Amino acid sequence: MAAINRDDVAHLAQLAHIEMSDEELDRMATELAVIVDSVKSVSEAAGADVPATSHPIPLTNVMREDVVGHVLTVEEALSGAPDASDGRFKVPAILEES
Amino acid sequence: MSASELIRSSAAVMAAKLAAGEITSVELVQAHLDRIAEIDGGERGIHAFLHVNGEEALAVAADVDARRAAGEELHELAGVPIAIKDLIVTKGQPTTAASKILEGWMSPYDATVIKKIRAARMPMLGKTNLDEFAMGSSTEHSAYGLTRNPWDLDRIPGGSGGGSAAAVASFEAPLALGTDTGGSIRQPGSVTGTVGVKPTYGAVSRYGAIAMASSLDQIGPVSRTVLDSALLQEVIGGYDPQDSTSLTDPSTGLADAARVGNVAGMKIGVIKELHGEGFQAGVENRFNESLELLREAGAEIVEVSCPNFGYALGAYYLIMPSEASSNLAKFDGVRFGARTLPTEGPLTIERVMGATRAAGFGAEVKRRIILGTYALSAGYYDAYYGSAQRVRTLVQRDFEAAFEQVDVLISPTTPTTAFKLGEKLDDPLSMYLQDVATIPANLAGIPGLTLPGGLADEDGLPVGIQLLAPAREDARVYRVGAVLESLLEAKWGGPMLNQAPELATTAVAAEEAN
Repeated sequence: MAAINRDDVAHLAQLAHIEMSDEELDRMATELAVIVDSVKSVSEAAGADVPATSHPIPLTNVMREDVVGHVLTVEEALSGAPDASDGRFKVPAILEES
Repeated sequence: MSASELIRSSAAVMAAKLAAGEITSVELVQAHLDRIAEIDGGERGIHAFLHVNGEEALAVAADVDARRAAGEELHELAGVPIAIKDLIVTKGQPTTAASKILEGWMSPYDATVIKKIRAARMPMLGKTNLDEFAMGSSTEHSAYGLTRNPWDLDRIPGGSGGGSAAAVASFEAPLALGTDTGGSIRQPGSVTGTVGVKPTYGAVSRYGAIAMASSLDQIGPVSRTVLDSALLQEVIGGYDPQDSTSLTDPSTGLADAARVGNVAGMKIGVIKELHGEGFQAGVENRFNESLELLREAGAEIVEVSCPNFGYALGAYYLIMPSEASSNLAKFDGVRFGARTLPTEGPLTIERVMGATRAAGFGAEVKRRIILGTYALSAGYYDAYYGSAQRVRTLVQRDFEAAFEQVDVLISPTTPTTAFKLGEKLDDPLSMYLQDVATIPANLAGIPGLTLPGGLADEDGLPVGIQLLAPAREDARVYRVGAVLESLLEAKWGGPMLNQAPELATTAVAAEEAN
């Protein structure tokens, strides 16, 4: 398994939408390298014949009646938003102007 | 009974006094609010609470008193106050998850457990401190300051639910709610000398608990006695159609189990891998004493081996960050919480998100998001997340094999007693090792209880004893836990918290600070 380096962390931070300073990237790369190294034994623990467990107590086909349940009003849904307008969330520009 | 004696009672005793008309709920709630005002604030205060909900708590208490006076039949715990971990959403009180990104956020809905607490008419004293988004083992990762351990103000109260545990340990509340993803109820319980239970996965609805790792998270009770936790789990448990992982089993029989009062003929398994090397000597001594008491009470103690537990911590630190990185994607500065604008350059949504999350999340949250993003990324998914899920199967099989031989399993809850504030902040890995004994239960979804097992010889600090049972057999940990508790208390001549130091009033300091 490959070690994690500073460039990896910069790429991951971009994927995770977290801006990071150079200093933060350096520190994070060092810390994550230690953590990743400590968990690498996991990949050797179980053979491919062992099935994966995603939930501890598997339940299947959990359904409910197809009727409208309790839902938030528009006002409630928008009450914690940093910006809203005309009953909708207001967001900054999606695309950069070129 | 004086107010200071009253707040030291168990929730069950408070409930009995309320039912008998010896005290009113208003008196009881006021006594706790006074205690909070006395010791929670100031530089050296416990700081268990992020928000105190005095007005509403007193109004609920007054309503309970009026209903009781009118002869209405009420829930057993009606009028008994409770504190809520600030990871659980509440109407009318802020919910912050101890993160800057949710500073001052008011939830437009109640979590299912909160609805049940309101239905039982239990006054809510306020919201308790935690590691940001429940990520940590010391409550030092809170964006709103640390919480102190009532046994030693320079030590951690555990985490992530350090606030709930410290509130209960310092008699600011008789009961609290916690959440446990890898030990966040049990480890704080262990280091503060209190009781905490992670129920079977799905036994208590997670609807309205801000998710960290959805396949591991579980809400559960925090208290000073085993019976009190059983009573509280009966209030909050049961099927909830709003949580699709909720079990349909009824939430009953737990308090009865805690009242059974014997363990004769039960088989209790000592997990070979969860004591000895790496565990503090004083922890080991208290653990062996508990085994001896259970043996004298007629239980058969046998050793069992869970050989794959050595991989559990590693698997947990892949699964948990993976799920957390996905769950925390919703904090994007659009629908709720803070929005931070970049200081320069174009104002696009992507850059606003990057700036918002940079400013809103603390270091540990960022670390876990990045780690999770890495474990889930193309090319690594199978080696990391996939392998970890296979280890999860192996851990479950270890438990299955163990529970074929024994009724319950036992181990120390944590490898050490409470460490000093700041001691492990710069060493994430050593912080993670705190959860080595608690994590397997989350991976397998089984119930786990911690109760005080005495004080370690070398530092005089609380040691926790953990009991584990098969999934859906929560009653067993309550049964054995209550017996061990009574055996230990008989030996000590009273509850262990009687040995905790008196806390100085910090109220004056608090006023100055305001």
